[in-house]
Amino acid sequence: MPAHLKVLALIGFMLIVVATPREWFAAYAFFLAVLVTVGAVARVRPGWVLKRMVVETPFVVFAVLMPFIAHGPRVEVLGLSLSESGLLSAWGLLVKGTLGVIAGLLLAATTTPQELVHGLERLRLPQQLVQIMAFMVRYLEVVTDEMRRMAVARASRGFEARNPLHWPVLARSVGALFIRSFERGERVHLAMVSRGYTGRMPR
Amino acid sequence: MHVPDGFLDAPTSIATGAVAVVAVGVALRGARRELDDKTAPLAGLVAAFVFATQMLNFPVGAGTSGHLMGGALAAVLVGPWTGVLCVSVVLIVQSLLFADGGITALGTNILLMAVTTVVVGWFVSRVLIKLLPKRVGLVAPAAAIGAFLSVPAAAAVFTALYAVGGTADISLTTLATAMLGWHTVIGLGEGAITFLAVGAILSVRPDLVYAARGVIAERDLVIKPKESVA
Repeated sequence: MPAHLKVLALIGFMLIVVATPREWFAAYAFFLAVLVTVGAVARVRPGWVLKRMVVETPFVVFAVLMPFIAHGPRVEVLGLSLSESGLLSAWGLLVKGTLGVIAGLLLAATTTPQELVHGLERLRLPQQLVQIMAFMVRYLEVVTDEMRRMAVARASRGFEARNPLHWPVLARSVGALFIRSFERGERVHLAMVSRGYTGRMPR
Repeated sequence: MHVPDGFLDAPTSIATGAVAVVAVGVALRGARRELDDKTAPLAGLVAAFVFATQMLNFPVGAGTSGHLMGGALAAVLVGPWTGVLCVSVVLIVQSLLFADGGITALGTNILLMAVTTVVVGWFVSRVLIKLLPKRVGLVAPAAAIGAFLSVPAAAAVFTALYAVGGTADISLTTLATAMLGWHTVIGLGEGAITFLAVGAILSVRPDLVYAARGVIAERDLVIKPKESVA
């Protein structure tokens, strides 16, 4: 399936999910079923998705706190006094957020970054934006690898960041990483200009 | 922390999406002035840099750690337009390839983390650099204050959006106090790291710091007398 259709499907699906009132419990079971079916058809391993769902953690904490801080009528649950509307809000946030993460991960699992960039190009995103994204995706691995090498170099000199006193060392790494990335950008640009680059990618 | 799907209702998400589209469009035009035909490769590499920086954890103590958001840092280093573009691209890629930040909340995330932090960070540091004496050493503190203020500013915009289209039933004052209080603390970290990073770059390649260009241009060439080497 072409990437641009997948992106459109994801946006459409999530807009429907977000717009669904949170009291329609059955609808969410249906949405989850849709995602599970898509995942099964696309042969995405459930473990892969579950492992990457940790991005949701900080937000789950917020949702869990909700029943305690929201106002309105209170109900007793397991001896705790919880806000009724807060519980409902927490449910709404959790279920919508989780469906969003699963849906997003299904897209990520079935699409390579290159396909995604082409897909966004077909969706008529501004040419410049798509190109910036293409360059970012292409050099992401290079830059993160550079950062990993710096981490290895720091570690091999016995450095371990433990408290804010160590920030200057890390911040200097950030500085070095910026200089290296920027200079690499200049080199890439010159190399491409010398090969006839005019600011647009050839088709 | 990225705003996930369903945090704000659909109309608000669509409205912030429209604002984000306009902002990115304006930034695209502005970035061409900052970088001309180098825009795509350079902004792409800077976006990769912002993404990588967000993976670097700074220990806070007691086993917890935080990371840089990088909006103000990007603004000071590459200019506001390119900064908005780079952070926006980072957010798009994070949302589509890592499910970090909901796709319907993409507009909200761009508005908060790309537009608000970059604009506030840039504006504050720019004004400070203009007001303070023109010394290279004062660029990093100005950037730090910009970065510090940019974080609670983003939290304030989020609270405002929440007041319009929030889906949970929390009193606004609770949310505002919690968001602003917490993000002021985060802002302190952001400011400190931005200060250190900008300082490090200024001492090696001051010409690469966009916000320092005016200051450096005014610097006179100093030829120091030869020192006798023992």
